[in-house]
Amino acid sequence: MSLAKTDPPLQRYSVWMRLNHWLVAISFVLLVLSGLPFFHPFFWSLTGLFGGPTMTRILHPWIGLFMSLMFAIMAVSFFKESLFKRHDLQWLKQINDVLANRDEKLPPVGKNNAGQKLVYWIMLVCIPLLLITGVMIWQSLVGEAIPITLRRLASLGHAYIAFLAIITLIIHIYSGIWVKGSFQAMVRGRVSKAWARHHHDLWYEEEMEKERKHREISRRHDPTGKEST
Amino acid sequence: MRGEQVNLQNIIARSATPVPSPQERTGGIDRVTKLIDVSRCIGCKACQVACAEWNDLRDEVGECVGEYDNPLDLTPNTWQVMRFDEYENEQGNLEWLIRKDNCMHCADPGCLEACPAPGAIVQYANGIVDFNSEHCIGCGYCVTGCPFDVPRISEVDGKSYKCTLCSDRVFHGLEPACVKSCPTGSIMFGTRDDMLDLAETRTDFLKSRGFDNAGVYNPEGVDGTHVIYVLQHADKPEIYSALPEDPSISPMVGAWKGVGKPLASAAIGLAALTGFFHYVTAGPKELSEEDEQAVRDDEAREREREAREERDEGEERP
Repeated sequence: MSLAKTDPPLQRYSVWMRLNHWLVAISFVLLVLSGLPFFHPFFWSLTGLFGGPTMTRILHPWIGLFMSLMFAIMAVSFFKESLFKRHDLQWLKQINDVLANRDEKLPPVGKNNAGQKLVYWIMLVCIPLLLITGVMIWQSLVGEAIPITLRRLASLGHAYIAFLAIITLIIHIYSGIWVKGSFQAMVRGRVSKAWARHHHDLWYEEEMEKERKHREISRRHDPTGKEST
Repeated sequence: MRGEQVNLQNIIARSATPVPSPQERTGGIDRVTKLIDVSRCIGCKACQVACAEWNDLRDEVGECVGEYDNPLDLTPNTWQVMRFDEYENEQGNLEWLIRKDNCMHCADPGCLEACPAPGAIVQYANGIVDFNSEHCIGCGYCVTGCPFDVPRISEVDGKSYKCTLCSDRVFHGLEPACVKSCPTGSIMFGTRDDMLDLAETRTDFLKSRGFDNAGVYNPEGVDGTHVIYVLQHADKPEIYSALPEDPSISPMVGAWKGVGKPLASAAIGLAALTGFFHYVTAGPKELSEEDEQAVRDDEAREREREAREERDEGEERP
C-alpha cells in the first residue's frame, strides 16, 4: 500500500476503508446481477454469469451474507462523516445547481456532501431489511418455517427494497463517473488539494488546519531552529 | 382426452414467460377434472398407495402420533394425503370428514404466477398444472404463490414437487392412478363438463338425504380448479382440514409479481440512461485552473503568515 509518485497529497480514504468499500461494491454488483433474474424474466440470461439458474439461486444468499457483514463494518466507519448538518439541507435545496455544475453557487461541503450522505442512509435502511427479508425467503436454509403471510410479505419487500437500493447504486456509480477525481479517490485513497477545495471546502479547511499544526510542531522541534535548544 | 399425446402446442401457459404461449389450437382438447366426492370416501388410502406406486414415490416410514393422517402432511414424495376430521354436526352427531388433499390444478395457478424460472411450471390445454423439474431451480417461490399450500421442496435435490394429476397417464388416455384405485367411486375423472354435471347430481342426492348445505367446491377466486370436491357442508369448507373458503392468489403475490416489476425494470434502465444523458448534456464536474490557482494563493498566504509570525517571535526575543 505504498504511495505512487503520482498520488496526490491529501489522504481521503484509508486503505482499510477502500478495501472495505470495494468488497461491498463488488458483492453488491454481484447481488444485483444474480438477483435481477429472479426479479423479472427479462434479466434471466444473467444467470449464465453464475453457472446457471440453480447455481445463481444457491450463490445469491451467500453473497448477500458476505455483503451484509462487510456493509456493517462500513456503516460504522462512515457513520460520523455521514451525519446530516444544516448546510447539507441547503445543498439539497440547490440540487439543480449541483446537477448543472454551478458549483460556485453551492454552500460549503464537509468531508461528504448531502448526496453521499443520502446514499449512506438509504443503504443503511435497505441492507438490513434486505438481509432480514432475504433470510426469510431463503428456502434451503429456513424452508417453510416462516408463516406463509410473512413469507409473501418478505418476497414483496425484498423485491422492492432491492429496487430502491439498485436505483441508489446507479446514482452512486454515476456520481463517481461524473465528478472527476472521486473514483480515483476511492481507488487510491488520495485527492489533490484543488479537488478537495473545489468539492469539499470545509474538509479542505480542516485538512489545511491539520497541516498548519503539523508544520508548527515540526518548526518548533526543528533541530536547526532557535527554539529547539 | 383419449389418445392425446404430450404436445408442445398443448402447453398454454409457462412460468416467467411474458410473451404468449401457444393459443391457436382450440376445441381439440377438452379440459379434464378430477371430482372428489368426500361423502363417499371411506378413508382406505388406496389412492395414496396408488399414487406412490405409479409415481415411484416412497416416503420415509413415520411414527403414529395417534391420528389417522399418515403421513401427517404433504412432502416432496407424498403428493397426496388423506386428512381426517371428526366433526360434530348440528344434531350433535359425529361425522367423519375425510378429504383427499392434493394439488387443485387451479385454472389461475399461484405457483405458476410466482415462479421465476421460465418454463419450470406449465399449464396444459387440458388444465393440468405440471412442474418441469428440468427447469426448476428450487427457490420455493411456488410455495409462496400457492393458495393451497401444496408444493414441497426436496432436501435431496432442491426441486419442487406436487401432484401431476398423473399427466403422463392422462396424455395416454388413462385416468389418474388415484382414480383407478378408488373402491367406492369417491374419486371420478373425466371432461370438465361431465364432472361438473356429476358433481351437481351428487349434490342433489346429498340434499335429498338431508345435507341441505351440500355443494361443489370449485373456487371462483382461482378461476375454478381442475380438482373439485363434493362437500356435505359446502358452506363451511374450513371444517375439512382448513380447506380455504375463498382462495385466490394473495394480493401480496399479485403486487410482488404484477405490473410493478416490468415498470421497475424499465426504471432501472431509465436511471442508467438518465445518467448517461446527463453526462452528455451537463458534462463532468472538473477542476479548473482557478481551483489550482486558489490553492496556490492559499499556500502563499499561509507561508506569508507563518514567516510573519516567525519574524514577530524573533523580535520579541531579546
